[in-house]
Parts: sequence; C-alpha cells; structure tokens
Amino acid sequence: MLLKVARIDPLICLGIESTADNLGVGIATSDGKILANEVKVHVPDLGGIHPREAARHHSENVGAVIMKALEKAQITVQDIDFVSFAQGPGLGPCLRTGATSARALASYLKVPLIGVNHCISHVEVGRLATGAKDPLTLYVSGGNTLVSGFESGKYRIFGETLDIAIGNCLDTFARLAGLEYPGGPAIEKFAAMGSKLIPLPYAVKGMDMSFSGLLTAVSNEFKTGKHGIPDLCYSLQETGYAMLGEVTERALAHTRKQEVLLTGGVGANKRLRGVIKEIAEEQGAKPYYVPISLATDNGAMIAWTGILAYTHGIRTPIETSYVNSKWRMDEVEIPWR
Amino acid sequence: MALMLIAKGAEADLLLDIDWNGRKALLKRRGVKKYRHPQIDREIRRYRTLHEADIIHRAKEAGVPTPLIYQLDPEGATIIMEFIEGEKVRDMVPRLSEAENRALFKLIGEKSGRLHRAGLIHGDLTTSNIIKSNDRVVFIDFGLGEISKEVEKRGVDFNLMVRMLASTHYNVIDMLLEAFMEGYRETMGPEAEEVFQRADEVRRRGRYIDKE
Repeated sequence: MLLKVARIDPLICLGIESTADNLGVGIATSDGKILANEVKVHVPDLGGIHPREAARHHSENVGAVIMKALEKAQITVQDIDFVSFAQGPGLGPCLRTGATSARALASYLKVPLIGVNHCISHVEVGRLATGAKDPLTLYVSGGNTLVSGFESGKYRIFGETLDIAIGNCLDTFARLAGLEYPGGPAIEKFAAMGSKLIPLPYAVKGMDMSFSGLLTAVSNEFKTGKHGIPDLCYSLQETGYAMLGEVTERALAHTRKQEVLLTGGVGANKRLRGVIKEIAEEQGAKPYYVPISLATDNGAMIAWTGILAYTHGIRTPIETSYVNSKWRMDEVEIPWR
Repeated sequence: MALMLIAKGAEADLLLDIDWNGRKALLKRRGVKKYRHPQIDREIRRYRTLHEADIIHRAKEAGVPTPLIYQLDPEGATIIMEFIEGEKVRDMVPRLSEAENRALFKLIGEKSGRLHRAGLIHGDLTTSNIIKSNDRVVFIDFGLGEISKEVEKRGVDFNLMVRMLASTHYNVIDMLLEAFMEGYRETMGPEAEEVFQRADEVRRRGRYIDKE
C-alpha cells in the first residue's frame, strides 16, 4: 500500500508590491522566513509621483526584479507555490501593473493567485518582524496615515488623516524648499538643527487628523523668507508628530492595547520614534519599530500576507482580481487572527 | 482636601474631590505631554481648557445637559466642575435591550441636534463622552469642541459618532445609528439630511488619492 506522504516543506509565496513609487518583489515561506525582498524605486525627474510614469517604470522593471528576487532566494520559478499582489489601496496605474504581472506569473505557473490589502500587509509583516502580537499600529507613509487595531475579525481604523498623508505633507514641503530627495530624511536632518518653533496649525478632530492646512501654512512661512530651513523643518516635524502622537495616545487609551507598532516610511524618523516611545511608556504599552526595509513599501510584506491568506483558504480568481485603488483595510475579513 | 484619581484619560486626568467647598466636584486637569514641544503643549492645554469651559456653558444654554462649572484655571489647565453620577453610554450598550438602546440613542441624537442647531460642535462625539445620569444624557469632554454652524464640521462630528459605533459597537451599529438619526432629525429639522450627506462625503473623501 502506498502512503501519500504529506508535504513537509514550507510553502513559498512570491509577492508583488506596486501601489505607488516602489516596485517590490518579495519571497516568503509559510514558516515565517523572508527569502528575498527586492525593491526598485521610481524617482521622478521633477515633482511628485506621476502615476503613469511610475507604472511605466514598474512594467519595465518587474521582470528583472522578479529574477533578482528568485536569485536572492536561491529558488527557481517552479518552486513558487502561489503568487500574491497588492490589490489596493494605491495609485490605479501602478496597481494594475503589479496585478498584471502577478496574473501572468500565476497563470504561467498554474498556481493560485491571492490579492492582498496593502495596509494590512504593513501590519502583518510588522508583527512578523517585531514579534508584536496584538498591537495598535500607527502606519505613516507618503500615501497613508492611520491608526489601526484588530477587533473582532477586522483591522479597525481608529483614526486617520482626513486629507493628505503626513509623508505627502513632508515630501511636498521638502520639494518646495529645494531639499534633496527623499524629503523625509532631509527634513529630519534640518530639523535637528532647528530650535525656534514657528506656530503652525494643529488639526486634530477627535481621532482624525488633517495635514493639508499644515502644509499650506509651512509653505507660506517658507515663502515669507523670514525663517531658516532648520526652524521650518523643526516646526513642521514638531507640529505634525504632536498630532500623530495625540491620536495614537487616544486610540491606545481607548483600545487598552498593550503594544504599539510604528510602521511605514515616516516611521523611520527618530523624532517620531521618540514620540511613540514616550506615549507607550505613559500608557503602559510596549513600543515596536518595524525595520526600515520592511516598513517602507516592499514585496516581502505582500508575500507574507499572501501566505497568511492562502493558508486560511483565501484565493483570488483571475476574473475578480481587478485592483481597488480605495480598498480600505477595515473592509477586509481577517480569518487568520 | 481628599483628591482621588478616578480616570486617567489620554488627554486629561480626572480627579474627584469629595469635599470641594462642601460638595462633590470633578477636577479635569490636562497634564503636560512630554512627547510634544513645550510651547505646543502649553498652548494646547491652555486653549482647550478655556474653550471647553466656554462650550460647556453654551451647550447648557442650548438645552444640552453638561456639567456645571465651579472654577477655572487656564494656566494650570484645570476645570473644576460638577461631578456627574451615572455611567458612560459606551459601557451600557452591550447590556441594554434593543428598545432601551433605541430610546437612549434617540435621546442622544436629539441632544446632538440641539447642540449643532445652537452652533456648537462637540469635536469628539463618541459614546465614551456621554454619561447617562438618571433620565438625562450628559455630554462631557468638550475639549475639542468648536463654535461653528458649518455643515462640514457637523458632518465631521456625526462621522465620528458613526466611526465610533463601527469600531466599538459594530454588532448593533445599524439599529443605534437609525435611532440616533431619528432623534437628530427631530431637533435639527431639514438640515439633518445635509449633515448626514456631508458625513458620508467626509468618510469617502480623497483617502487614497492624494498623489494624483
């Protein structure tokens, strides 16, 4: 009699991230290892991200980045058990490029396809990387600013920006002020040299925030020519991060969670990390910071979330794999928690 | 003086003084937040203290139950006010019957409508900030309150209530919301629909399209 031996090798997922200017390809295994995490960033010649240009960059490079990831993981394309991709939220043209690549790869390999939510992937890879079990997450990037926590089957959003993201606010100001790319680190560098606080609008509405007025105000202050770049950067950071701090603290007090997770590109900022650390101490919670390679947009988080989804029965048939540029994380059922 | 810490909120500490000049009083003290710049911190605490007292008073004039204010100290960021006996609505929802919840949220909607009608915005309209005290619903924590008749701000207020119901009382949200809206319509009149519509716009507005 032949016994069918259960497969003991871990499952391997290749994930494609292309929600904005980062094209990422990650490879993760079902035993929680990240085998590869390759990222190629589209840097615009002028101004911010142009969705069409970014999408063109992604489609021109996705093949090479996939090959690089496979090489890094030391596997062949045949070893891939399924393919995941960021289905939203993000910039439509960029999302579609990643989705098309993922569909093509899955069809060619005859393996399942899984569309995952970009914001949820940030939280999930953050949990994987830091060991945080049930954190309240502050996710701050160029496109997203939200405070979220898991409650009864879904990632609930407790507070979020009502207009632009904090990273968008920082980047836009950095460009206006002629600072080097990327804007966030440049602002952080100058802020460290600033000391004078220029009054700027502080806009917290309950649990939500608004950064568009802050951007306008700091831009106007810059145009007066009365202030130095260091003081402007310092004031921008102090005001914006105070707002993030307040909302995070309120949500932490409200949810009574024991952990705070800081993720997204802006989470690399030392001043913001300091804010989160103080708040965590005050509220009796433990702070966790996601390492930068997994905190910025990357493919590994998509691959890892693909594994969580796949192992809990989630599949995305090609016919329903269209992207959703406004896909909120609180719309998604989470069977793996 | 017998001060007792009864709640440590994210923004302020609530202290109970059982014998404040012969009566029970609540001290709301906005503590220093070390994580933010001292100048921002001082301004936020001072401004919110003064402003909160002002709005509490105006709400009362509009027929919305709020605590009586006994004393005010802007520099110390402290309001001394009436101690409201009762329970937070947030904690009552799971226990109440559907009919009780319905009546409660209709009343809350009615009072919220009065507030808006009088040109006041609560700023943090959640079930944690409403206390059921005997037959009254007493609105507390006007720290983020504003004086405004803008549909936008009313919409943001209402959106907050919806969001809090969605994140905390998600299993009965439809029923609670329906009752709230019914009460709100009664005091706000035809303008109510405009507010609901705006709240929906606020919810959907440009969340992920900021780069385009």
